[in-house]
Order: sequence, then structure tokens, then C-alpha cells
Amino acid sequence: MSNLPVYLDYNATAPLRPAAKAAMVDAFDRIGNPSSVHRFGRDARRLIEDARRDVARLAGARPEEVVFTSGGTEANAMALRCAGCQTVLASAIEHDSVLQSAAPDGGDAPLPATADGEVDLAVLERRLANAPAPALLSVMAVNNETGVVQPIADVVAIARRYGAIVHCDAVQGAGKLPLDFAASDLDLMSLSAHKLGGPHGVGALIVREGVRMASLLRGGGQERRRRAGTENVAGIAGFAAAARAAMDELPEARRLAALRDRLEAELRRICPTAVVYGANALRVANTTCVAMPGVPAETQVIAFDLAGIAVSAGSACSSGKVTASHVLQAMGAAPEQAGQAIRASLGWATAPADVDRFVDAWAQLYRRTAGHRDLAGAA
Amino acid sequence: MAIYLDHQASTPTDPRVVDAMLPWFTERVGNPHAEQHSFGRQAAAAIDHARQAIAALIGCHAAEIVLTAGATESNALALRGAAWAARQYGRDHVVALTTEHASVLKQLEALASEGARVSRVPVGRSGLVDLDRLAETVDERTALVSVMAAHNEIGVIQPLADIGALCRARGALFHTDAAQAFGKMALDVDAMAIDLLSLSGHKIYGPMGIGALYVRRKPAVRLTPLLVGGGQQRGLRAGTVPTPLAVGLGEAAAIAAAEREAEARRLAGLTDRLLARLRRQLGALYVNGDMDRRLPGSLNLLIPGVPAEDLMEAVPDLAISTGAACQSADGRPSAALLAIGLRPAEADCSIRIGLGRFTTVADVDTAARRLGDAVAVLIEDERRAAE
Repeated sequence: MSNLPVYLDYNATAPLRPAAKAAMVDAFDRIGNPSSVHRFGRDARRLIEDARRDVARLAGARPEEVVFTSGGTEANAMALRCAGCQTVLASAIEHDSVLQSAAPDGGDAPLPATADGEVDLAVLERRLANAPAPALLSVMAVNNETGVVQPIADVVAIARRYGAIVHCDAVQGAGKLPLDFAASDLDLMSLSAHKLGGPHGVGALIVREGVRMASLLRGGGQERRRRAGTENVAGIAGFAAAARAAMDELPEARRLAALRDRLEAELRRICPTAVVYGANALRVANTTCVAMPGVPAETQVIAFDLAGIAVSAGSACSSGKVTASHVLQAMGAAPEQAGQAIRASLGWATAPADVDRFVDAWAQLYRRTAGHRDLAGAA
Repeated sequence: MAIYLDHQASTPTDPRVVDAMLPWFTERVGNPHAEQHSFGRQAAAAIDHARQAIAALIGCHAAEIVLTAGATESNALALRGAAWAARQYGRDHVVALTTEHASVLKQLEALASEGARVSRVPVGRSGLVDLDRLAETVDERTALVSVMAAHNEIGVIQPLADIGALCRARGALFHTDAAQAFGKMALDVDAMAIDLLSLSGHKIYGPMGIGALYVRRKPAVRLTPLLVGGGQQRGLRAGTVPTPLAVGLGEAAAIAAAEREAEARRLAGLTDRLLARLRRQLGALYVNGDMDRRLPGSLNLLIPGVPAEDLMEAVPDLAISTGAACQSADGRPSAALLAIGLRPAEADCSIRIGLGRFTTVADVDTAARRLGDAVAVLIEDERRAAE
């Protein structure tokens, strides 16, 4: 068996695409602040405006609606804090950067999710009906832990009835599903480059023309006065190249879905009681969140790491510490079972052999820990 | 050949920095916060190494470095973060000079609109802080004093240790925007009593899209974070740290540490040479801001009767500027030059020149000749038009 590392943590960060790297290496050879009026500056400006068109196409938006940021976290912070809304309602399965920006002081309680991992639309409508206006609603396109696609069209339809602004954190959706900001009638959408094979340190907030936003970062007049700070020229060029490649590869989803479905079928064959979270909902092709009965997630992640396979327990943000996933809790999962769930996420460079390695390692660990389960069962 | 003399706006990325970053752009993948697996741990170790290189340049501990998206974000985190946190212990006053960077001045406006007391201390023609005036302004309810270490337009270096001592005596925090100064002059957060220090990657031959904020731990500076979420960087700044950019900033800092003193002497020599040649060719010429206390390589020149816009157009192969790049689109005279007392007509006739690491003697001589020729033509045109 090969000892090459197997990377199945694309939802945490995807390996950089060669096209993105090439675009950045080219940009590093250039000099100049894109706000400078001399030729060096104008060349850098051209690079950014070309990139803006590519990112707009990824989002299904107009170039003028793209505001480049330092990543998804900044885009989410700007969306939630700078729209000037009285009420901010976010679903309980949102990324921490949304949840904490929505309610820094404990504010409005998050909107619950169904057992299948979708935001609960009935509760959403009830809460929105009773919320002080203007309200902002934040629901992600795709959940980072389960891969469940959220019913954004329904969310927007409800929001329109109550005049709420809708923000969609599409960080996990971009490159996995076609996005159509214009047709979806959203007001705000967050994107991150490194989740789709672009560089770390760059993202975007899509702001519908006419939505009034204050700035989080103030100072220079960059990004049409919506976001101050010298633009990350190379990063933005890399983001655009990754966006182009990801769009070209959208049909790849079928290949990933086949790999993921085979992976889940194999695990269920090894252990018929293994739980796959969100399996009854519409999911993106690359993500599986599965609990191995009786084995804590942390033990699994360490065992996989020793086998050279990178997966994750919960989301990767809070430096190293594994806590019970708030997403699975919100879906009503039993705490013990939720603590046994790990996430494997596939991507553009994942090969069938990677999935085989994962399944083998999973099977080995499952058999090795059989004793624990028997003891627990007997007790 | 076009010559780049706008190093205050942005510096070229040093090829050594690019080389240091490249392996992190492909061969190694990993979210540095996913420390459960080895990919993530390697990235985390590389970021720590970078923090140490940054810390070594300002005499602090690596754990006191918070990585940001750039100096604008660092300034925002320092000013708003400290001002919000300080309200909890009864300090509601924020002080800065009138010549600060827009990213500081705009945050002051925002703080004022949120109910903070804001003082903007004027400076004279030298661009240097008036310490007596500053002392009169800082009071027992001052949360923070923010002064740019070396000025982005006129290049003057402020007496940081004196300002730090003054702030310390009043119990106010001292923040310095060192985007221009970091890596180019000696900085020591303890000797200068600095509590918060902003720096930027692309001003020191590192990548764009990354910067840092030094946050003193002893005594601990309390900050309310600007970006919240994943709990990264001790909760002070959420968001995945971009490993390659952090590595690039660390390498840029390490190069600066090794080469700073020799490079400062070289740039001072080039600056003198440029100025001597320009004086010989242009006749009337004034240096804006104090001549002696200035960052090597940084000049802001008033050429009476020669509008800077016309001059820049006349030397298209010379990348110089009229001031801060991020304000350059609006066509107004430099706010900083007006703040140090230049009349609008004088500010309109001022250019900024920034020499850098890859500037050669030949570049300087060519630049002086092109500027001299262009000024002669413009003055002659002016004379003919007047006849």
C-alpha cells in the first residue's frame, strides 16, 4: 500500500490548483499598488478588474457587485455587521464566523435545523414575523460539516414577504454547485478562495447593487470605498484562476458523488449501524459526515493521521481542540453519537485509490475497537 | 526602461520571499488550525517561525504577533479594538496626529460617531509631533494615542520613545502605525514603550494581503476583536491564517533584519545623491518635512511652479507619486501636506519619491536627469504661456 499522504479535508482547505499557483507566481513578478496612477499601478489594477469578472461569473453576479476581502470570515463579518440591521437571524448550523458576528453578546438565538440538516423554514418564518425590522437573515448555501444544501430559494421567498435582507455564506457552495446570485435574488453572498483551490487570505463579499453597506475596514478608497486596504493582487489573481478552473470542473461533481457514494456504501457494509449525517437531504457531492459506533472522533482522527490520511472532526477552526459539533447538535443528534462523527471531504485531486485507503483504514480501526463496543454493549 | 520609485506605495516582492512561499503554495496543503493532522501541524509550525522573525525585528515575543490581512486591518483592530475595550474601564478618549494615514483617521471618525472623544493633534512644517501639545491633550481618560512611526508621504520619523514615555505616564496605550518603518529602522517595543504596532507585508518586500499587529502581553493590552468566529489567534482575529503569506512576511522580516543597517546606509547615500543632482538641475526645490529625521530613501519635494500632475505626465517612465496611493484617485491635494501647513498650491506642486532595495545608482541618475529635463520644459512652457 502506498504511504503517500491522502488528503480528505477539502472542506477545511483545498490544495492549491496549479492554475492558481501560476497566476500568483506571475503576479509576484509585478510591482505596484493597484491604486497608484503610474503604469505599474495601472497594470496591477487591470489584473484585479479582470479577476473581478471571473469571480463575478463564479457567483453569477455583476463585477461591480464583487468586493474583495481577506477571506470568508471578513466577508461574513462585513455582511452581518455593516448592513445596519436591527435584527440578525442566523441558522444554528452556520459557520462560527457567522454565528459569532450575528450575536457577539448572545443576541438573537440561532434558528434551529431539522434532523436532516436543513434550516427549519417554519421556525424561520415565525421568528422573522416577530423580529424588529430591518432584519437580516443569514443562511449558508451548503453546510461545511454535512454537505447539506440549504433551501436558499425558500429562505429568500420568506425573507421577501417580511422585507428582510438575505445573506448567504456560500463559502462551501462555490465550486461545488452552480451559483446564481442574480437569479436567486440574494442581497449578500460570501465567498472564499481557498475552499475551491485558490489561495488562503482572499475572499469576496457580493453586494447587490443598491444594498447600502457601511465598511468594516476604513481608510483608502479601495473597492469603491466599500473595503479599505491595498488589494491582495496576487491572491486575487489566484482566486480568479481557481474560480475559472472550478467552474470548468463543475461536471466533476458527478465523479465525486460516485466516489463519495461508494465510500459510504462500503462503510455501511463494514458496519451497518454507521450513521451518515444529512444522508436524507440533498447534499453536495464531496462531503460525508459519518459516525463510527463506539469510537470517539478524536481517536479516529488520530488513527487516520497515523495512517497518513487527513480528515477532520467537526470544523477545523478553533486551534486543535475538538468540541462536539454545534451543527450535529442543532440537528438533534445524540451527543454521544455526534462525538463519534468525522468528516471526509473530497475534491479536485481526489483519486479512487484515496477513497480505498480511507475505507481500509476505517475498517481496520473499526475491527480493532470491536472489543470496546462489546464491553460497552455488555455493561 | 521604466524606473520604479514609489516604494512607499508598495515594494516589489523580493525573489527570496517568493522562493520561501512557493513550497507552501502547492506541495504542502493544510489548514494550520487543523492541528489534528500532520499537514495542519506543519503549517502551524511554519507560521510560528514567521511570527518569531517578525517579533525579532521589534523586540517582542512571537506570541504577541497577531497576523492580519494588512496594515489597514491592523490599524482598525488596534484603534477600535482598544477603544471598545477601554470603555469598560472608563477611558473614552482617543488621540492621533492630523497627519495619520487614512486608515487611522477614518477609524477615528467612526469612533467619534459612536460616542468616543477624539483629539487630532496638529503638527508643524517639520511634520514632527509637538510633544508639549501632545502632553496637553492626553489626559487620565485617554485610552489610546496613535502616531505613525515613519510617515508614508513625507517620510519623517517621530520620537517614538518620547511619545511612549508620555503615554505610559498617563496610563494611555501607545499605538504606532509602523507600516513604513518596520524593517527599515530600529524599533524596540520595550525601549519605546509601544503597546500596539501595525505592520504590513507589501511595504517590506513581502506579499500583499498580510500584515500584523503587535499586541503587548505584559501588561496585557485588552482588545475587542474585529473578526470573530473560529477562535484563531487567541480569539483576537478569526479567519484561517494564510500560511504562504505568513511565511512570506516572516522571510521578508528575516531579510530585513539581516540587511537593514547596510541597506539604510546605501539608501541614505542614494537619497543624498538624488537630492544633490535635483538641486543642481532644478534650482528652487524644497524638501517637505524634517530633513534629518527621515526614513532613508523617502523624499517629498516641493518644486515651485511645477504642478505634480503635469510633471508625472511628463515622465511616464518614472513611477513617482503625488502622495498616498489609496487617496490618489480623488485628485485632491495631499491631506498630510495641507496638515503640515503647505498651501494648496504648494501641495499641488509636491511629489513623493521612494527609493528601495532594487534601486541602483544608475536609476537615481536617470531619474534626476528625466525630472530635470521635464521640469525645464514645463517651466519654459509656463514662461511662454505667460508672455
